[in-house]
Amino acid sequence: MQKFPYYPGCTLKQTAKNFEKSAIASARAIGIELVELPRWNCCGAVSSLTSDEIMRHVAPIRNLVRVQQMNDEGMLENEYRLITLCSMCFNVLKRSNMVVTGDAEMLHTINQFMDTEPDYEGTVEVMHFLEILRDVVGFDKLRARVKKPLKDLKISPYYGCTLLRPKEVGIDDAEAPTIMENFIEALGGEAVDNPYRSLCCGSYHTVGENKKIVAERTYKIINAARRNGADVIITSCPLCAFNLDNRQKLTKEMHPDFEYMPVLYFTQLMAIALGKEEDAGLEDNFVDPRPILRERGFLGVKQ
Amino acid sequence: MSEVIYMGEKNKKLSEKIEELSGEKITLCEQCGICTTSCPMADDMDITPAGIMRYSQIGDERVVDSEAIWICASCFTCTVRCPRGIDLAKVAEALRELNLRKNVDHIDVNHLDEELNELPAIAVVSALRKFTS
Amino acid sequence: MKIGVYVCHCGGNISDVVDVEKVAEFASRQPDVAVVRSISHMCSESGQRAIIDDIQQYNLDKIVVSACSPQFQGETFKKAVAKAGLNPNMVVMANIREQSAWPHHDEPENATEKAKILTAMAIEDIRKKEPVEKVTLKMGKNVLVIGGGIAGIQASLDLANAGFNVYLVEKKPTIGGHMAQLSRTFPTEDCSSCILSPKMADVAEHPNIHLMTYSEVLEVNGSIGNFNVRILKKPKYVDEDKCTACNKCTEVCPVSVPDEFNLGMTMRKAIYLPSSTAVPHSHVLDEDACLGLKPLACGLCSQVCEADAINYDDMPQYINLKVDTIIVATGFDIFDAHLKPQYGYRKYRNVINALEMERIIVEMAEGHVIRPIGKDIAFIQCVGSRDAQVGNLYCSRICCMYATKLASLLKRMDPSREVYVFYTDLRAFGKGFEEYYRTAQELGVKFIRGRPGELAEDPESKKVVVRVEDTLTRKIIEKKFDLVVLSVGLVPGEGTVKIAEMLKLPRSADGFIKEAHPKFRPVDTPVEGIFVAGCAQGPKDIPDTVAQASAAAARAMSLMNKGEYEMSPIKAFVHEDLCDGCGLCVEACPVDAIKVAGVAEINVAVCKGCGACISSCPRNAIDLRIFSNEEVMAQVDAALRDKKPGEKRIIMFADDMCTYTLADGVGTAKLKYNSNTYIIRVPSSSRVTPEMMVRAFEKGADGIFLGECEAAVSPYPDTLKVIEENVKKAREMLARAGIEEDRIQYSPFVTVMFKKFVALANKMLRMAEKYGDIPEEKRRRLGMEKVIYHE
Repeated sequence: MQKFPYYPGCTLKQTAKNFEKSAIASARAIGIELVELPRWNCCGAVSSLTSDEIMRHVAPIRNLVRVQQMNDEGMLENEYRLITLCSMCFNVLKRSNMVVTGDAEMLHTINQFMDTEPDYEGTVEVMHFLEILRDVVGFDKLRARVKKPLKDLKISPYYGCTLLRPKEVGIDDAEAPTIMENFIEALGGEAVDNPYRSLCCGSYHTVGENKKIVAERTYKIINAARRNGADVIITSCPLCAFNLDNRQKLTKEMHPDFEYMPVLYFTQLMAIALGKEEDAGLEDNFVDPRPILRERGFLGVKQ
Repeated sequence: MSEVIYMGEKNKKLSEKIEELSGEKITLCEQCGICTTSCPMADDMDITPAGIMRYSQIGDERVVDSEAIWICASCFTCTVRCPRGIDLAKVAEALRELNLRKNVDHIDVNHLDEELNELPAIAVVSALRKFTS
Repeated sequence: MKIGVYVCHCGGNISDVVDVEKVAEFASRQPDVAVVRSISHMCSESGQRAIIDDIQQYNLDKIVVSACSPQFQGETFKKAVAKAGLNPNMVVMANIREQSAWPHHDEPENATEKAKILTAMAIEDIRKKEPVEKVTLKMGKNVLVIGGGIAGIQASLDLANAGFNVYLVEKKPTIGGHMAQLSRTFPTEDCSSCILSPKMADVAEHPNIHLMTYSEVLEVNGSIGNFNVRILKKPKYVDEDKCTACNKCTEVCPVSVPDEFNLGMTMRKAIYLPSSTAVPHSHVLDEDACLGLKPLACGLCSQVCEADAINYDDMPQYINLKVDTIIVATGFDIFDAHLKPQYGYRKYRNVINALEMERIIVEMAEGHVIRPIGKDIAFIQCVGSRDAQVGNLYCSRICCMYATKLASLLKRMDPSREVYVFYTDLRAFGKGFEEYYRTAQELGVKFIRGRPGELAEDPESKKVVVRVEDTLTRKIIEKKFDLVVLSVGLVPGEGTVKIAEMLKLPRSADGFIKEAHPKFRPVDTPVEGIFVAGCAQGPKDIPDTVAQASAAAARAMSLMNKGEYEMSPIKAFVHEDLCDGCGLCVEACPVDAIKVAGVAEINVAVCKGCGACISSCPRNAIDLRIFSNEEVMAQVDAALRDKKPGEKRIIMFADDMCTYTLADGVGTAKLKYNSNTYIIRVPSSSRVTPEMMVRAFEKGADGIFLGECEAAVSPYPDTLKVIEENVKKAREMLARAGIEEDRIQYSPFVTVMFKKFVALANKMLRMAEKYGDIPEEKRRRLGMEKVIYHE
């Protein structure tokens, strides 16, 4: 087992437990152990974008200090690549890391501010689990580990915003990403095009009065997926997942012609393909993906 | 009837404030409008993203009071498209902050129609950070 | 040695501020000075006459003129002393007008003191100076023109008509370049290939032009007057002289591949005529597409060739040439629209680029419908231009007008069409362009000000949905089009990049080949004897390309016509007795003018005289003529002579191209800066070695400033890096001796940075005052410091 430090973030302990569960099981199936950071804290979910808010970087950076400590204390052997699953946490941690490592003065200020913590030395590399699969494991190796190829399953990848933008943070080309498509193909599935695969789902507008904005985006994104023949949608963001999955209810209320489509975390399909169906957490999805997966013969074969 | 905007010290100050807070050079904007048709939220805005940039350039107060700056969800699509390399997401954030720093919240989290724990934590945290002071 | 010193009043310009008589009196007490005069206008006929008479009467052998800037009147006095029989290098000017009387006009006493010192510096400089012989090269009449587009064609014809011998090399099987592919030209709507093909034919028939198509320049060595060129002539398998272009071979050929002349929208055969107006007008066999040549797999074409022109055993040929000058006319590539994936090029069926539109229109005019174009057509401007997201900040200059032209042509063909042009700024700056824009509007072309973020394809109709903010009404408009044309910008072609690297031609930030001076040497490159024409230098339209091509031809002719070429005498030279052949200077030279054969040897034809090599030599074996270490240090010594305790003197080294000119400009504008700054003119501040800086401090300098051209306008590549390195080494030595490191400063300049110059000059003085005098003991310690060479 190759051990990596792992940052879950709040939502993976709350509405996205199935994301974490399926990811840990999938990682294990390909020889990766996700070692949760001790005493991690909320990253803040969004980066502050004004020029004067240095202090908002403290929370993300404190988590990176934990990675240093894990190495110092022998929990890890010289492994500074921090794995994230939640796209928003990934974006915030990576952005803060870039900002402070590129600005010695700011790093100094932040270290002074966290005076009870060891200094952050700028050694951590924040990576998304998809990047690990592409760049460390390799999609070819992943393909070789697949026990149950998702043959003929038409999957619409949904990138959302925070995996791709801004460019300096994104894990792939902001306009023409391929990482999710290649991931789907490695699992034996068929990636279908969706012109709205990186269209913002409305994000935090899901809180409060403007949730109709979200439902409209959901309508647009899922309909495009359906038009292109998709059976399911995958994502890596718990907020996108909530908006695309749970908000289908509101979407249906607003657009009676709308038809439900399952929305899964990419790791849920990965768990199934790697023979870890029991850890896929499919029972937690709002639109139940089990009927279509069972119908296609991806579930219940072992029993 | 045409409106005349009499440009004064107030306009200059507001432009400068936006530049300072966003760290972006807003005078660079050439008003091509690419941000507007890249923006997934533009249809729900009262001022288009390019309009936000224009109002900011001339320092028109109405941009600070606009609904558009709250509709912006910081998706960064404009940022990756702007031919002048302006990070418009930062400009929108600066405009929101100009309101929030007057201790005026944009939403009231105590009166939502859903239980907070039914929503993803990142949704609540980010909404609080974007909409409240 | 007998020196004459002439102090000019400049009709009051100098003498109203500077006490010229005091300066003259001071000069008369300097060593070797035999004659001193103060004269109202030195540059006048009578002033020059005084110098000439004195040289002859008193046998003067060296002259100092304390007057204005040597950039202003230097040539005048060189000619004057030459008339009197002296070597033109035997006169030096002290610039007491721009550097003293004018900037220090409100402090006459200080201005007078500074004028004395400037004069002493010039006297010490001239005392060290030796006569320098002219550097001339023999020139032949052979020119290599690289690239057979309209730029290369025009340059070749001009040169050939003037009697020069032209080798024109084109990598494609036909000349003509992009112009041959275009429909019509703006704003006149002439048929492009109709006006081009007679010129192409002239090239083929001209006795002075040796045309090599399907050929590539592999290697270029040597320098002006003696470039050695190696060319690969790829096998065409068809004898150009025998082929009658009867087309029978093409008819029987069984292989079809995409036709590059039509950008792959149509097919051609493996043996084909590159275009209907191809020059040479001969078929060519594409060896990659052919079913097989070695061994022969098909052979049908040879069987039908009545002229017996096909030779399956054709081989690559390597040709070696010696030429005197080179014209680079390697052109452009269109921006690859795949790099803007949001516009769906080659993903959406009905999105094409503008060059494809050109070909569609040409073929339509000949009755071939390559593809349907429909009724509603949109042009998207600035694709790949003016776009920080793809790193192209520049305007491609032709897209506004070619889109206007294509839109007009489409509208003329079918007035019921709806044609839209989506633009950000409409640039119609050329002759007749604005009128042409108006014509398009009269035809009903709709110009909408807005740039779309992305294009979408209607899944059923496959029409393209353009959604754009009409920035003039602030409304989002959306419309479906049958066809969207991306007005792609121009980028430096692959060939341009390759040739630039091969010839060591610097490129500007936009990636195109950089001209030697953006205003005054627009077709020269910084490499002597190599010129650039057309889009290799930057995007431009056909008239500008042709004008530039003729200019490049004229510049090449002016070098070759006299049969010899006089170079700047400022050249590096090697003290062979000191050189141990270590080769460090070879790497330091930005233009590859040095090679080591036992000892270092300077190729004077290539050396540009920047002096960047000097500081690289651990043995002080390399130096610069006219600005030698000795000559420069003599000025430093004179600038610091008789310095009183507490008095501050700052040495400013000013590169000739930018900083010195800038200082003159500051003086001319009568902008004030402190009179403690003493300017020493150098070709480039990179010639100032760390030792020289340290010695200046030893002698009492309170600060040293080095000014250099900004890289973008510098005549020498990479000197700023050398300066940075030299300053670093000198600062290390200062630090070891306990002296404040920031007493040495440097900055890039362009000639208009007046405020920056004044601010930096004054900052140097303020710093020197803050730090106080450098104690004697530290200066002595500095004297024992050595440069540490990092090898």
